[in-house]
Amino acid sequence: MKKRQMYFRMITASLMRRRSRMLVALLSIAIGATVLSGLVTIYYDVPRQMGAQFRNYGANMIFTAADDAFTLEDVQQGAALIASDKLVGVAPYRYENVRIHESPVVIAGTDMKGAQATSPYWHVEGEWASASGQILVGAGIAESFNLKIGETLEVSYTPAEVASGDETVLDNIIDFKITGILDTGGSEEDYLYISLSDLEELTGEKGTVDVAELSISAASDELSGYADKISSSVSAVNARLVKRVTASETTVLTKLQALVLLVTIVVLALTMICVATTMTAVVTERRKEIGLRKAIGASDSSIVKEFLGESMLLGGLGGVLGSVLGFLFAQQVSIHVFSSSISFMPALVPVTILVSVLVTGLSSLMPIRSATEVDPALVLKGE
Amino acid sequence: MSLLELKNIYKIYGELHALDNVNMKVEKGEWVSIMGPSGSGKSTMMNIIGCMDKPSKGEVLLDGVDIAKESAKNLTTIRRDKIGLIFQQFHLVNYLTAVENVMLAQYYHSLPDEKEALEALDRVGLADRAKHLPSQLSGGEQQRVCVARALINYPEIILADEPTGNLDEANEEIVVDLFHKLHNEGTTLIVVTHDPEVAEVAQRTVVLRNGRVVKEVQNKNFTGKIHFDEEGTHVTKNDLKSEEEIQAEEHANENK
Repeated sequence: MKKRQMYFRMITASLMRRRSRMLVALLSIAIGATVLSGLVTIYYDVPRQMGAQFRNYGANMIFTAADDAFTLEDVQQGAALIASDKLVGVAPYRYENVRIHESPVVIAGTDMKGAQATSPYWHVEGEWASASGQILVGAGIAESFNLKIGETLEVSYTPAEVASGDETVLDNIIDFKITGILDTGGSEEDYLYISLSDLEELTGEKGTVDVAELSISAASDELSGYADKISSSVSAVNARLVKRVTASETTVLTKLQALVLLVTIVVLALTMICVATTMTAVVTERRKEIGLRKAIGASDSSIVKEFLGESMLLGGLGGVLGSVLGFLFAQQVSIHVFSSSISFMPALVPVTILVSVLVTGLSSLMPIRSATEVDPALVLKGE
Repeated sequence: MSLLELKNIYKIYGELHALDNVNMKVEKGEWVSIMGPSGSGKSTMMNIIGCMDKPSKGEVLLDGVDIAKESAKNLTTIRRDKIGLIFQQFHLVNYLTAVENVMLAQYYHSLPDEKEALEALDRVGLADRAKHLPSQLSGGEQQRVCVARALINYPEIILADEPTGNLDEANEEIVVDLFHKLHNEGTTLIVVTHDPEVAEVAQRTVVLRNGRVVKEVQNKNFTGKIHFDEEGTHVTKNDLKSEEEIQAEEHANENK
């Protein structure tokens, strides 16, 4: 039999046949590894989770015209440069002046699904205007004109020629069915919203948009990268970040990640203390065995190797347990705090095991050093 | 040249002389008992011969090398290569099986060999108990595992400290018989004991009192076996005295 085989036979026997003793040590390591792995998972998942939370506060990127105007195709071309899994929604807007009940109001043509995605905080009483001929009315307008859901609203648009004094051209008039009242608490309540195609039909002009709002689930640096890329690739579009949103998002994320990192370091330190205490107890309990090993010829380095092997094996087992339990822990935290599940990070498993082995090994060094100071003549006599 | 020679050995702890000018020789293949009451210096002497301690003064020549001058690291090597230790309290690693305990000595000495370890257990009559943990063995069986562990590396000397101290008479006889067998094979045995019946089984008994060698007895009628009287009780055929007899004698002298 090779020495290495006997070595592994000894350290596994020590763990397997002294289960109750080693279970306590394993438990302390596994708890440390669990919290560590869980917190690291949360640390890396926080930007994604918080990003999703921040997307509830509206768009974080705006497209405007680089020169005079840009088209829906320009918007689509720019949006295509963003990774599809990061793009939460795109809402192009075109604004026109129209009249209802002979009073001037502003109407916006948009993609309703895109508006829903980029502005999830919009509250619609009734239904969104999902089909042609339907209109969403801002709460301010609804109150001013005493409009109700289900009523028909006549919207008239005066073409540019009429406005300039050519009396031969008549107003374009379309009747829309009110499907919902929009309540945002902001200036959006003073607008009417219809689909882009309905607005094009109303105005008789196709293609152009005034602004596009985009909601992207990405960190500040990544967003800046996208904005630069879009501005340089699509000449008609000027992409810029909504600083109000991205800056506060970055600040919160940085602080939250710093907090998680701090807690991780504290947990790591506590785990080391816990493992060192446990290993000290293990060494004290096994003084006679150490004395015997030395009496029958073990050198100090052999004793160190054996105890270090045992503690590192424990660290490895604790790391495996910690990886699994840590994911479950992070999952529970994510579900209860962010109301969404997290994805398993396979790369974290070897990292957790490695850190667990290293931390256990380091924590055991002091107790193991004391093991080499055992005097066999004294301990074997029972002193 | 003697295998072991102690020359003017002192071991001093403050005021206490645990060993006080001890001189002793052990020849190769000899079976020697070191006997004496508690506090006579037996254990100190065993620790020095077993390379687990150093004398305050004097020379300890093992195979011609003065081990009193060796470093702790070298003493570990000498102990591993030349000495087989047997303890009163057995001292087996409780989570290793009998055969693994024997292999442990091989592991530190050279290379573990399970077949050879099993043969050693067979020699002490424990081939069928090889896979048992110490907790599953009787005291006598545990001590026989210790004997197998002590002899596995073919040491120059087997040093036994009160090897029968925790055994009943039946197991005491088994262990003494094993020593007899080892002696017949040429192994040098040094047995530390306070029991005159066990001491006189050896060829020679060195009696210690207050750290000094007070008597050396070449045992008459050496057989390597424990002597029994007609009622089956252990008896000594030499004038060796037990601890109780020595204390009674000292008490009587004080009263005179």
